[in-house]
Amino acid sequence: MHQFLQQVFSGLAVGAVYGSVALALVMIYRATDLINFAQGEMAMFSTYIAWTLVNAGLPFWAAFVLTLAISFLGGMTLERIVIRPVENAPVLAAVIVTIGLALIFNSLAGWIYTYTVQEFPSPFPDRPILGALITTNDLGVIIVTLLMLLLLFLFFRFTSTGLAMRAAAQNPVSARLCGIPVGRMLAIGWGLAAAIGATAGIMVAPVLFLDPYMMGGVLLYAFASALLGGIGSPVGAVVGGLIVGVTENLVGTYLIASQLKLTVALVLIILVLVFKPHGLLGTGIVQRV
Amino acid sequence: MAMKRSLLTGLPMAGFLVVGGLGLAGGLALAAGQYVPGASDTEIKIGNTMPYSGPASSYGAIGKAETAYFAMINDQGGVNGRKINFISRDDSYSPPKTVEQVRKLVEEDQVLLTFNLLGTPPNTAVQGYLNENKVPQLFVATGADKWNDPKNHPWTMGWQPSYRIEARIYARYILQNMPNAKIAVLYQNDDFGKDYLIGLREGLGDKADKMIVATQSYETTDPTVDSQVVAMQNSGADTILTAAIPKFAAQVIRKVYDIGWKPTHFLSNVSTSVKIALQPAGLEKSIGIISAGYGKEITDPKWQSTQEYKDWLAWMQKYNPQASIADANNSYGYGVSQTLIAVLKACGNNLMRENVMKQAASIHDLKLPLLLPGISVSTSATDFAPIKQMQLEKFDGTTWEMFGPVISGASS
Amino acid sequence: MSKGFAVVVPDRAAVSQYAGLSVGAWRWIGALIAVALAAALPFTVSNYHVFELTMVMIYAIAVLGLNILTGFNGQISLGHGAFFAAGAYTTAILMQRYGVPYWATVLPAGLISFVLGVLFGLPALRFEGPYLALVTLSMALATPQLLKYFDNWTGGVQGINLAKVVPPPGLGLDHDRWLYLLVLVVLIVAIRVAANILHGRTGRALVAIRDHPIAAAAMGINNARYKTLAFGISTLFTGVAGSLAAIVVSYVSPEGYGMFLSIAFLVGSTIGGIATISGALVGGLFIEFVPNFANDISDAAPAALYGLAMLLFMYAMPLGVVGSLAPLFTRWLRQARARGSGRN
Repeated sequence: MHQFLQQVFSGLAVGAVYGSVALALVMIYRATDLINFAQGEMAMFSTYIAWTLVNAGLPFWAAFVLTLAISFLGGMTLERIVIRPVENAPVLAAVIVTIGLALIFNSLAGWIYTYTVQEFPSPFPDRPILGALITTNDLGVIIVTLLMLLLLFLFFRFTSTGLAMRAAAQNPVSARLCGIPVGRMLAIGWGLAAAIGATAGIMVAPVLFLDPYMMGGVLLYAFASALLGGIGSPVGAVVGGLIVGVTENLVGTYLIASQLKLTVALVLIILVLVFKPHGLLGTGIVQRV
Repeated sequence: MAMKRSLLTGLPMAGFLVVGGLGLAGGLALAAGQYVPGASDTEIKIGNTMPYSGPASSYGAIGKAETAYFAMINDQGGVNGRKINFISRDDSYSPPKTVEQVRKLVEEDQVLLTFNLLGTPPNTAVQGYLNENKVPQLFVATGADKWNDPKNHPWTMGWQPSYRIEARIYARYILQNMPNAKIAVLYQNDDFGKDYLIGLREGLGDKADKMIVATQSYETTDPTVDSQVVAMQNSGADTILTAAIPKFAAQVIRKVYDIGWKPTHFLSNVSTSVKIALQPAGLEKSIGIISAGYGKEITDPKWQSTQEYKDWLAWMQKYNPQASIADANNSYGYGVSQTLIAVLKACGNNLMRENVMKQAASIHDLKLPLLLPGISVSTSATDFAPIKQMQLEKFDGTTWEMFGPVISGASS
Repeated sequence: MSKGFAVVVPDRAAVSQYAGLSVGAWRWIGALIAVALAAALPFTVSNYHVFELTMVMIYAIAVLGLNILTGFNGQISLGHGAFFAAGAYTTAILMQRYGVPYWATVLPAGLISFVLGVLFGLPALRFEGPYLALVTLSMALATPQLLKYFDNWTGGVQGINLAKVVPPPGLGLDHDRWLYLLVLVVLIVAIRVAANILHGRTGRALVAIRDHPIAAAAMGINNARYKTLAFGISTLFTGVAGSLAAIVVSYVSPEGYGMFLSIAFLVGSTIGGIATISGALVGGLFIEFVPNFANDISDAAPAALYGLAMLLFMYAMPLGVVGSLAPLFTRWLRQARARGSGRN
């Protein structure tokens, strides 16, 4: 029983990480109908920026806020400069662009910062609690993720910019007719996603340790989480993340040798999707003629 | 049918071209082959492949260190008056790419020898080709056992002590000091990690099944290994062997401590870096970990006052300033390059490939500045394992304390 | 997908005669010249370049498979590396364990990949867009793990070493050139087969399903059958490519079939022109040569240059090289004809 709880809590902690990156993926998907394969690498790069600031002497929270601002602006710029040229091109062209972007970020990080693993300071004290079931660090990650989700929800529901973004994503033509600057909304969407990713990266770096490949595995699980939850649903992203994290751990412990953990976890996710092809919380789009 | 007709008209033309081309190729073949490829009075060409891109690109630092070391040698006048032309290409750790790049090195760049190719699958992919074409495959950068096979692969030689030798040393220690231990093994799911498991089993002999109570693996794409650590604790083990790279080793050390588990902890030699593996985990959490080393751990404070360290540091600062001082890949590249230079020096003016292999197989007790005291490089015509000795060491919170004698690993 | 791809089918009806020969005759002459040049090429370059060109053709066959599925049928696949591996390992196991001669393993490899493709195609019917991407990506991710697990068959992490191919005696061809010509023949067959399928009824059905699944179904096309068939045909091509790759490289190991291979296929496919056949050749060239160029230019960050190349290609030619250039070529032909008839 003790092990079961440990695995569950462990899974929730890593699941929160998947969930926050999944949140960023959903953000961009809702705004631009595009899966951003560079999300993980952007988050990793933002974390390196934070690391540079901290090493330069800034206190943690100042570095955190500054990094979020830089990432937000960076995300907006990326959308305007890198993604805009393929906005009206076939979807696959944009997919290839995001893949190329991922390679660029990864390679740049390796070049500037080398591939040596670095430590990253944690804002939370690192103490085991609840009888060594979970550490305060892990708990902090989960709380921050839920907080981000809440903030996003409030933003989209209760602010006019949020409303404008939802309009721009759902029906760009009508939105333009209403005077909404659709292009700027897309850029804001990317900026928000970059900021969310940066938060995820900073939260997770103390645990996973910072190196250019920190987010590689995370992105894959985040992708699965976002889809499991329903690609249009932010709540689904976080829920999906938590489920994937816990399932992966339990599968590896009780069901099959760790050598097949990844495979079996993916198979299970696909099985769920077979029965719910739009994810657990997603809504299907019905086409009528 | 139209297709048949076009094929028929095409064949004579193709046939003509085939015959014509053959004549050309044959003529070219006769002209070459009278001189030694890769060496001249002024230059020695050395070929290398490293993963500079892809998931294993952290090892690319080794290639960069080697480039920097040969730059220093060239500044000092080269080897017997010849400059080293070190050509290192990216294979992304993908065996088909390695085949392509090695063929390019041998056939286009015409290198004298290939040196320190990295990775077991990449080296396996080109071993047949290099041996068939009698090109030295020297000092391969992997800890696999199979490179010590002069009878079947006389042109291939390893360098570092194999992972299996290391694991057998741990097994022997366990049998001698904790014969009733229950062992759990965490290993990276590739040839590196699996070799530890195999070596441990070999070392424990017929007690292996009884003593090894749990094995857990991880992929390098896994974000964390916390789950595996928890599972190992629950197997009731009191001893663990971690065959992992630094990033994951640090996670293991920290998680073991955090869940309040205190097993005897054996750690793979690749993750003994104080700065990169132990410090992120927490130095106080790493007390008591046992490993076996052959080289000086470059961030261990006890070496920093020695002349060898200062020489190394001066070299890093002048020739390899972009690299991270804490990265063990740099001291590795430094040491293996020194070995090659020693072999090339011994060749004198006879730089035929056969002589290169002969000199490589005649190293007597070569002491490199960054090897641990008591450990040296030795080879013979029947012994293609240059470094076979290791030294057990235990971490005391600040430094790796060596204990016990230098152990010579028996080859498989 | 909302933004469709242009299906690049050469504009046959537009012109009928050039210099006395029909379009069909010109096409045959063009193809013949191309084949002859391709067959002569290996005798003018060094062994190493012959090897490189052989790999280009192998990747082209693999990418052609992906084009059929993703370009013509609209089902995205991020997992074709898995089928490449299936073909490669089938060949390796047949050769090493059962002593089957190399040339006899190519067809079984293709057939096994076909069966696997159909098996995956069936559940894939449920998924679209990003969901299908995830399902196929999962295949790519699971492949190395599965290969390592069933190590009795696959040799596990150590891989399988294959015997080097001996060219048939009497032809006077060396190892590299024999394999080149062999792969060239397979490539020509693959292109012919693909062209026949795609320019015929099946192809039209696939494209109809891609562009308007509801209309296609309303017209009596069995969407499920064609989509599954597309999957199988596509993986057959890629499996054959994998088999040839194993024969040429003489070694298989799980490291060679990771996620990055699947991504590389998609990249090559899109950059060549996803809904084209000749785009596959461009894709093969891209996959084989651009990383090398990037490495030559920059020691420090070669992957960044590779990524940048991807971006630039997509900005300049979002429909891929062939996808963007072919309509321009067709337009030029039409203008030339108009000028010609104007003169008459």
